[in-house]
Amino acid sequence: MLTYTLRRLLMSIPTLLFIAFVIFMLLELAPGDPMANMPLSIPPEVRQQMREALGLGEPWYVRFPLWLNQFFIVEPQYWIDNAFGTNFADGAQRIISFQSRSPVFDVIAQRLPQTLWVVAMSYVVGVLIALPIGIISAYRQYSVFDQAGTFISMIGFSVPPFFSGVLLIVIFSVQLRWLPSIYDTTHVVNDWDSFVFQLRQMIMPVMVLALQTTAQVSRYMRASMLDNLGMDYVRTARAKGMSESVVVMKHVLRNSMIPVVTVIALGVPSIFGGAIITEQIFKVNGLGQLLIIALQGSDIPMVMTITFLLAVLIVMMNLIADVLYGILDPRIRYD
Amino acid sequence: MKLKTALMGAAACVALTPMAYADGHEGERGRDGNVNIIYWQAVSTLNPYLSGGTKDIEAASLALEPLARYNEEGIMVPYLATDIPTLENGGVSEDLTSITWNIDPSVVWSDGTPVTARDVQFTWEYCTAEGGGCAQGAKFANIENVEVVDDKTVTVTFNAPAPNPYQAFVGQESPILQAAQFADCLGPRAPECTEANFGPIGTGPFVVTDFRVNDVVQYEANENYRDPNKPAFASVTLKGGGDATAAGRAVMETGEFDYAWNLQLAPDVIEGMAAGGQGVPIAAFGTLVERIEMNLTDPSPDQPEGVRSTIEAPHPFLTDARVREALSIAIDRNLLVEIGYGEAGRPTCNLVPAPELFASDNTACLTQDLERAAALLDEAGFTPGPDGVRVNEDGVRLSMLYQTSTNAVRQDFQALIKEWWESIGVETELRNIDGGVYFGGDPGSPDTFQRFYADVEMYANNFPGTDPQAYLGAYLCDKIPSPDTQWQGENINRYCDEGYDALWAELAATADLDERGRIAKELNDMMTKNSNIIVPLVDRGRVSAHANSLGGVILNTWDSELWNVSDWYRVSE
Amino acid sequence: MTEPQSIKPVKPVLTAGDATAFAGRDRARNQWLDVWAQFRTHKGAMFGLFFLTFITLFVTVGPLIWNVDPGKLDIRNKDVRPIYIALVYSDAKVNWANPMGTDNLGRDIMANIMQGGRISLAVGWTAMILAVFLGTLIGVLAGYFRRLDGLLMRFTDLVLSLPLLPLLLVMMLLFRDPLRAAFGPEQGIFILIVLGIGITSWMQTARIVRGDVMALKEREFVLAARSIGTPPHRMITRHLLPNVLSPIMVSATLGLATAIITESALSFLGLGFPSDFPTWGKILFDSVDRMTSFPERVVWPGLAISLTVLSVNFIGDGLRDALDPRIRGQ
Repeated sequence: MLTYTLRRLLMSIPTLLFIAFVIFMLLELAPGDPMANMPLSIPPEVRQQMREALGLGEPWYVRFPLWLNQFFIVEPQYWIDNAFGTNFADGAQRIISFQSRSPVFDVIAQRLPQTLWVVAMSYVVGVLIALPIGIISAYRQYSVFDQAGTFISMIGFSVPPFFSGVLLIVIFSVQLRWLPSIYDTTHVVNDWDSFVFQLRQMIMPVMVLALQTTAQVSRYMRASMLDNLGMDYVRTARAKGMSESVVVMKHVLRNSMIPVVTVIALGVPSIFGGAIITEQIFKVNGLGQLLIIALQGSDIPMVMTITFLLAVLIVMMNLIADVLYGILDPRIRYD
Repeated sequence: MKLKTALMGAAACVALTPMAYADGHEGERGRDGNVNIIYWQAVSTLNPYLSGGTKDIEAASLALEPLARYNEEGIMVPYLATDIPTLENGGVSEDLTSITWNIDPSVVWSDGTPVTARDVQFTWEYCTAEGGGCAQGAKFANIENVEVVDDKTVTVTFNAPAPNPYQAFVGQESPILQAAQFADCLGPRAPECTEANFGPIGTGPFVVTDFRVNDVVQYEANENYRDPNKPAFASVTLKGGGDATAAGRAVMETGEFDYAWNLQLAPDVIEGMAAGGQGVPIAAFGTLVERIEMNLTDPSPDQPEGVRSTIEAPHPFLTDARVREALSIAIDRNLLVEIGYGEAGRPTCNLVPAPELFASDNTACLTQDLERAAALLDEAGFTPGPDGVRVNEDGVRLSMLYQTSTNAVRQDFQALIKEWWESIGVETELRNIDGGVYFGGDPGSPDTFQRFYADVEMYANNFPGTDPQAYLGAYLCDKIPSPDTQWQGENINRYCDEGYDALWAELAATADLDERGRIAKELNDMMTKNSNIIVPLVDRGRVSAHANSLGGVILNTWDSELWNVSDWYRVSE
Repeated sequence: MTEPQSIKPVKPVLTAGDATAFAGRDRARNQWLDVWAQFRTHKGAMFGLFFLTFITLFVTVGPLIWNVDPGKLDIRNKDVRPIYIALVYSDAKVNWANPMGTDNLGRDIMANIMQGGRISLAVGWTAMILAVFLGTLIGVLAGYFRRLDGLLMRFTDLVLSLPLLPLLLVMMLLFRDPLRAAFGPEQGIFILIVLGIGITSWMQTARIVRGDVMALKEREFVLAARSIGTPPHRMITRHLLPNVLSPIMVSATLGLATAIITESALSFLGLGFPSDFPTWGKILFDSVDRMTSFPERVVWPGLAISLTVLSVNFIGDGLRDALDPRIRGQ
């Protein structure tokens, strides 16, 4: 397993480089212009000068190696310089966003707190709720609990967040005035009251996002548990006089986890870029909102950097999932 | 509350403001705490020279100020200058080649240092530096030199007589930067000065304390502001992101925010929000006109690339003035206004709807006349075919592709106009394109508005400030986009008329205001009334909203919406 | 579009399964009957089947009976409320000519929901079937043939990493005009949207199927089958596929919902159908701003989407039970 992991890690370097290239070419091909959001009163000559100042005059085979150099060499140098006071970077150009003309990584770092607070939290909450729901639904198939769970999760999944989010705002912010409709990213948690405020502003986006996660994960959990509950080995285990909790929680659960692990692993990267609509509605302004604004503004360095970081995350999470398969089911061998 | 009453209330509120102000809204600086502003487009940078985006320019206008700006009536008022230089007071030279500004000696930067003529000169150097990609380059294009006469006097020399010398350093787009702060940021080094770009030192009522890209800007009152009793607010939070609906809701329904910018929403939606009772919508008109532009060249995919949509291939039927007129008078502009803009729109037949001096009295298109439209098409030789679509003898079908950007109101307009056009026998296919692609200049994309691979298209445009010369200059022959110009160019109709070019040249050489007005009206009529190459639909106002507890707001469409934020105050209830 | 198609991918299972692998041809009919008998006992599945039939008839046959043009504007009759509102508020603006009311331009909502349903269901089913087919194919190949695994899974990683919006913009740029020329504006854009959604949503199914197949192929029954020389294609269709059916069913149900909603997001971005083409997702999206004044405009399309997805889910549950020989006959 260890050699497999190492081999996969090594393999992921050329994979990621190739992915970076494909993303770059995709953005290159995509129509769109960073000048599109400027007022029409700015004449074409000036727009052309602005494009050249952004480096868009250069062809792709100059800009792609430049980006690679900035991403893999210059940026780490800056971090080392910042941490140890050295001067490796020596004033080299960092990756600069087209829209704000500031270093891309500074903006990404600024976005992490709210992304982790809201989106990551909702994912953890969603998964933690989904697992027991899935297990109980399968174990007590067609009970009231199962039927209600099915109903709520299917409705929850099929109602898009652009509707459910606004519905929550209309109920809890406009009618009842309980919760704020706009997330304050500058809020600092330093005592109990500020923590309560943070909870209040997190509740609605977390609910909307967690509902989607819960619906999805619990369906897979239930389906997979049902498959395994009918297997012969369960009958054998019961016949041997094992307690029901051991049979379900140890044998069945472990064997049912493979699809669930896959889904959970696939969902992690989407924390950092998939909550676009929900972030927009509640003005959480995390990484998802940063990505969509960058996409709309054709801010190529920003889109490129964020999507590449997501790609790294995707490759790593899928590797972790593959390793977990081997642990969950030792019969799966990769070597 | 109906929108109308709400707006009238707002108007009354505005009208009362000066009186109310005298009534005891004076006090010490920072007495009213914090004010929350929401912009549904998030702010990307606070340096207006690096981004031409309205949201960025307006956010910067709290800190940075020009020598003079426009008030809500479009009249220039001195800000950092002591007065407006004119021919009469000798500030503008007789031959119109130079203008001399006197800087108010009492104005200091927020760090306490005095504003000097050098700062003005530096601002010019900053925007014209090679490789800087200055967004306001057009305002500085005709400047030969900027000379420091003394510490407080600066002379701008133009490379040719400038009938309108109030371009650079006037209005929100070209404020004065502090030379000391931006000294190392010239040209290609502009993006390296992140700190300066995100917190420019200015002379305005507020100072930036915290800026998060595309998220939120926080300001506090400028201790060195010239009026010791202003601003009334100690701090400002300017939040960005989301959509116009959410912004309107936060002000008018939940009351979390005090001011919402540019609510581009259907009138019934705004009315519904105003019923929330926490705030009121306000509206004002500028020069923004929603229009349909006709393509005089053939956009058919049957034409080979390089010929398609260029002057080499004239349009099969839109080159006929009768067809264009029929399409124009088939539209009920009053209904469009009612559906799409309500009190914030006025039907118009003009490309230049304001200021009054330049606005033609052209109202012929305002009444819909479907019968005459049909008669005009008959006259042009197009008779209804078996499927109801008109065809002429040569087999040319009146079938059009009608494109615009993606926007709820525009899609409603498309649906309505399609209905009218189909009723006179013109087949219409609709297409809407993502704004980022449509308004972008990507020469590789077939969907940009300049490339115009459609028969007619709809969008809105306006001009900054009050002078339409550059705006009308867009329809000159040499501004036609084509493959040779990488599809760049403002003359998207591919209109070319020597008479128009000559008249425009006359405008560019005329200084007398009344005479300029006459020529501008004539140019306007050539494009609209006489030829219907541009079919203006709606003179679009600006709608914003403010909380009931926020006083002193005067909506200004000629300059930054936040132009008088130093006069805002909290209404005590 | 309805029942027959949803059964299709399941077909191989009937001759498969552990216990029924030796079923003879003459028993096949009985098996079908058994399956149907089992299916009928599932209340949810019967409800699902009923609703799905109803909604399919509603959107296909409905417009023939209710022949109002969904695009017809009638400004004088705009913002009409549904007739049931009159029961509560007697002064509400209602009109028997528009039983479900009209929108802000006076278009009849019932006609729009019918027309929108046609497109939404067509897009949803085709895109979902495409995605599930691609996902299952790639998942099974990668899970079963170790040589293909690395390549296919790295390819999956690649597609997962691609940003959706630029990808669709590029597809639009490259294929819109050729497709429009070949199939006409509506058909062309339909193919483009279905392909766009289909090829960007198969990855999850692929990874799940692969994970399950990898575990299954080490099980005793697979080893046994292999030891008697079963060729790979028969291994896959007879032994592996029937056993990964439940996660595929879940993917299919969730995929249907995602496809219907994604379509509305596409038209919002200007990448979808022209604005005069209603779909459920788009009606819902356009009505969110007026949610408090006209709740019916969000409730109807919202319910239609949710209930369709719920029905498909229940049918999937019922089918799974009915097809599982271990449950059937209990």
